[in-house]
Amino acid sequence: MKLNTEAIKYLLYCIADDDLVIGHRNSEWIGFGPVLEEDIAFASMAQDCVGHSLSYYSILEQLGESNPDVIAFTRQAKDFKSCQFVEFPIGDYAFSLMRHFLYDIAKKVRINSLTTSSFDPLKELSVRISREHKYHSLHGLTWVKQLGNGSEESRLRMQSALNEALPMAFGLFEVHDYSEILAEDKIQPHENSLAEQWLEQVGNILEESNLKISDEIDMKTFLGGRKGFHTEYLQDLLDEMTVVFRSDPSASW
Amino acid sequence: MHIDSLDPRVNRLKLPLEPNDTFLPAEEMDQWQTYEVFHQEARGNQHIHVGSVHAPNAEMALLYAKEQYARRFKCVNLWVVKTADVVKTEYDDSDMFEPATDKTYRESSGYKNTRKLIDKFKLVNQINTPNTSDDDLLDSPKSQISNPQIVTTNTGGETKKTGIVIGKKK
Repeated sequence: MKLNTEAIKYLLYCIADDDLVIGHRNSEWIGFGPVLEEDIAFASMAQDCVGHSLSYYSILEQLGESNPDVIAFTRQAKDFKSCQFVEFPIGDYAFSLMRHFLYDIAKKVRINSLTTSSFDPLKELSVRISREHKYHSLHGLTWVKQLGNGSEESRLRMQSALNEALPMAFGLFEVHDYSEILAEDKIQPHENSLAEQWLEQVGNILEESNLKISDEIDMKTFLGGRKGFHTEYLQDLLDEMTVVFRSDPSASW
Repeated sequence: MHIDSLDPRVNRLKLPLEPNDTFLPAEEMDQWQTYEVFHQEARGNQHIHVGSVHAPNAEMALLYAKEQYARRFKCVNLWVVKTADVVKTEYDDSDMFEPATDKTYRESSGYKNTRKLIDKFKLVNQINTPNTSDDDLLDSPKSQISNPQIVTTNTGGETKKTGIVIGKKK
């Protein structure tokens, strides 16, 4: 069976851009984490995410796209396929932790589904990433449970972070032009089916954490990222992330 | 007033502006309690103490131990133990570890020598130990093969060659 290369490329851009943008965002906590150990753990996971994006971009290069540095550092915001969820500023630590939790459970669901992908390079990479990613989801859910079941202040702050972050997180599973082709070709399940699994897992952990999902969730406001529609925060992030690269694009490390 | 730095790690220390001023004492449990971390490199190996982490409870201590201590070495398993639960001797009593008479024969270097003697004995008598891999031996048999030693025993006045074994390990 001939797989649809355009669909595969599009999917790779979506998941790689998500990892690159959230990796850069979370790295902004370096030096500011609540305690040294958390600072190191959070920074290390952010670095992992950037590493994962590099691996996806490398598959794209094999499929005929530019080299990973060019892909990561020379595109404008409108060329990015990342969801809006990952580009919002870090906020307070409650927001960053909640985003990390929602993002990394979503990533776990997607990566697990990709370990049986019909596209071999993505299948093999997902098996490798899923091992390292175990810690990411464990870190996120442990913190959410701790703070949800902690003091009244910690619970309230996590609840308000959840109310803010959850509508944004639906952007992770935004349905796009290739969603059906990808599912038909068994490259990855349909976005809707992934979203369903994600919401179930997230819901179970939130229940154990004494946190509540609101009855009316707005799932539409933060869509558009997969089609290149972003908030102003993404271009700001890219300007900062690429400043060194732009100062001398031909420099080698 | 504290030193205001561009480096947040410096700000976090709340250093006094004047070098002679005293530090503000940290609040009790300011950084949570500490847990001691033990790291195991391979299944079956002993766990080795590698350091400590601050954490509010054991679950979080394991979470942090992984990132602080299992990132740069191979690791298959971690233990954490609350530092407060460790029972220790007093430094005032350190002198009890000083021997009154010469007991170097008990020191661990003596055991290293024993292993050499055992290996030499096995080599001379061509004893194979099927369950022992080369890595388990302190002295690699390979190095002995490339530098063969003539092993002698003294039998009542005359010295007799007892054997050289090269490359006969089955």
